[in-house]
Amino acid sequence: MHEIQSLMAGFAVAMSWFNLALMLAGVSLGVLIGVLPGLGGANGVAILLPLTFTMAQQPGGTTSAIILLSCIYWGALFGGAITSILFNIPGEPWSVATTFDGYPLAQKGRAGAALTAAFTSSFVGALVAVILITFVSPIIARFALRFGPPEFFSVYLLTFSAFVGMARGSPFKTITAMMTGFALAAVGIDTVTGQLRLTFGFESLLAGFDFLIAVIGLFGIGEILLTIEEGLEFKGTNAKLNMKVVIETWKELPRYWKTSLRASFVGCMMGIVPGGATPASFMSYGLAKKLSRDGEKFGTGVVEGVVAPETAAHAAGTSALLPMITLGVPGSPTAAVLLGGLLIWGLQPGPLLFTEKADFVWGLIASMYLGNIVGLIVVLTCVPLFASILRIPFAIIAPVILVICAIGAYTVHNSMFDVWLMVVFGILGYVFKKLDYPMAPLVLALVLGDRAEDSFRQAMLGSQGDMRIFFDNGLVGTITGAALLLLFSPLISRALAIVRGRGGRSG
Amino acid sequence: MDEGKPVTSVRVAELAMAGIFLALGALVMWDSRRLGASWGDDGPQAGYFPFYVGLLIVASSAATIFKALNLGERGRAAFVQWGQLRMVLTVMAPTVVYVAMIANPWFSLGIYTSSAIFMAFFMWYLGKYRWTKIVPISLGVVVFFFLMFEVWFKVPLPKGPLEAMIGFT
Repeated sequence: MHEIQSLMAGFAVAMSWFNLALMLAGVSLGVLIGVLPGLGGANGVAILLPLTFTMAQQPGGTTSAIILLSCIYWGALFGGAITSILFNIPGEPWSVATTFDGYPLAQKGRAGAALTAAFTSSFVGALVAVILITFVSPIIARFALRFGPPEFFSVYLLTFSAFVGMARGSPFKTITAMMTGFALAAVGIDTVTGQLRLTFGFESLLAGFDFLIAVIGLFGIGEILLTIEEGLEFKGTNAKLNMKVVIETWKELPRYWKTSLRASFVGCMMGIVPGGATPASFMSYGLAKKLSRDGEKFGTGVVEGVVAPETAAHAAGTSALLPMITLGVPGSPTAAVLLGGLLIWGLQPGPLLFTEKADFVWGLIASMYLGNIVGLIVVLTCVPLFASILRIPFAIIAPVILVICAIGAYTVHNSMFDVWLMVVFGILGYVFKKLDYPMAPLVLALVLGDRAEDSFRQAMLGSQGDMRIFFDNGLVGTITGAALLLLFSPLISRALAIVRGRGGRSG
Repeated sequence: MDEGKPVTSVRVAELAMAGIFLALGALVMWDSRRLGASWGDDGPQAGYFPFYVGLLIVASSAATIFKALNLGERGRAAFVQWGQLRMVLTVMAPTVVYVAMIANPWFSLGIYTSSAIFMAFFMWYLGKYRWTKIVPISLGVVVFFFLMFEVWFKVPLPKGPLEAMIGFT
C-alpha cells in the first residue's frame, strides 16, 4: 500500500506544533467566518490569502499556508450549520437543507442534539471524502499524467458543462455568468501574442481582473447588502451544549448509519462535479426522507433530517478538493480560491504535483484528517462562544466586515483600484442574487479562463484548427462526450418529458 | 414615500441586466474582431477565444430577454421595494465615501483613520449608540487591525497623516 506510506509521511509533515497551531487558528477563524453574515468560505479564504504570501516563501511554508487556508474552509463548513440550526439563517447555500429539521429541533429545545448531530455527521462525511481522496487521487493523478492539451480542455469543458447541466435556475443565466467570467479573465495582456485585449486604453486594466477581488465583492459585499435588505435583527435560540447532550446524541446517531452512508456516497459523487455541494445536500435530504422509516416526520425536527444534508454537504465540500489537486480543476468557489493560492505561491496544480511536490500534497491530505478532528473538537466545545458573536448587533458587525473586505481587497495587489472594483463587484453580486444569476460559474471561469484558453489554443495548434481533435481518441472523446451530454442535459430531459408525455396521451 | 412600494418590477430589472450583458458581449466581440478573431499564420489569433465568449454572452442574454418578456405574473413582482432600497443605500453610500476617503487624487486619510470614522458613523446612524460606546469600540477594532497588519504580519496598508504623527508611514 503505497498510499498508506505516503500518508504517513504526510502526517509527519503536518504534525509539527506550528502546523497544529495553524490548524487550530484556521478552524476557529473558519467557524467565525462561517457564522458571520457576508463572510463565507470562499471570500474568507480570499481575504486571508494575502497574509500567507510571506509564510509561503519559507521552506516548507507552502504546506503550512495550505493547511491554514484549508482549515479555514473546514471551519466555515462546520460554522454554516451553527447559524442554520440556531438562527434559521443558512450561512452557506449548502446549509439550507440543514435548516429544514435543524431549526425546528432548536425551537423544541433540542438545539444541543441538533448541533451535535450536525457536527458529528459533518465529520463523518468529511472523513469518508478524505479517505476517498487518499486512495483515489493518486490513481487519477497518475492517469492524468497522460493528458495533453486536448484532454485538459475537455476536462475544463466537462467542468463548465456540469454547471449548466446541474443548474437549478435558468441555464442561459448560468452561461451568461460563466462567459462573463471568461471575458473578464481575457482582459489584459494576451500571454501568447502579447497583444492588449479588452483594455480599451485604460492603464489600470492592463493587469486584468483578479478573481480574489471578484470573490470578496460578489460573496462579501453582495451578501451584506442582501442581509441588510432583509432587516437587521437576528432572532435565535440559545445554544447550550454540555457533554451529557453530546454523549446522548452520539448514542442515538449509530441508528442512522444507513442514511449516513447514503449521504456520504451522494456527497462524494456530487462533490467531484463542480457546484455539487448544494444539490448534494438537497438530494441527500430528499433521499433520506423517502427511504427513512420516519420519513413523514421530516421537517418537524428529527435528528435524521440534520444528519442527511450535513453529511452530504461536508462530503461534497471535501471531495471538491479531489479534482483540484489531481487535475487543477476546482470543484467549488472555495476550492478555486485555494487553487489561486497554489498558483500565487508558485505551485503548478495538476497531476505533476503528486510526483514533484509529494510532501506538499500528502501534507495537505494528512491535514484534512487532522483538521477535521480539530474542527470537531473546536465546534463542540465553543458553540456558545460562536453563537454569542451572532448576537453582536448588525450596526457593529457590518462595518467591521466591510472594513475587513476592503483591507482584504487592498492587500491582494496593494492597489486601491482593486478596492473600487470590489465595491462594483459587490453591487453586481447583489443584483446577481436578486435576479438568480449564479456566481460560482463566474468565479470559476475567471480563475480557469486563461488555463482553459491556453489548453484550447495548444490543442488547436496541434491539430491545425481541426475541432475533431477533441474526439481524436477514446480518452478525450469520452470526456468531451460526457461534457456535451451534461451541457445539453436540460434540453435532453425536456425532450424526453415531451416524448413520454405524448406517448402517455396516445396510449 | 411609501416604504412598501416597488421601485421597479422583476421584468424591468431582468431586461436591464440582460441588456447590459448583451452590450458587454457585443463589446467583447467588437474588440476581439479588432484584434483578429480568425486563424492566423501561427495559430489562433488573440481574439479567437474571446470572440466566441462574447458571442455566447450575446446569445444567452438574448434568450434571457426573450424569457423576461414572457414572464407573465412573476414579472410584475417587485424587484426591490423603496424601504429595502433605502436600507441598501444606507450601507452602500457610506461604503463608497469610506473607500473614497482612503485614497483619492486629492488627499488620503489612510485606511485606519477612515475605518474608524466609517465604523463610528455606522454605529451612530444605524445603531443609534451613545458616543461612550462608539468611541471605544471603533478605536479598539482599528487598533487591533493596526497591530495585526503593521506589527504582526508586516503587511503595510495605506496610511495617512495621523499614522505619520506616531512614526508610521
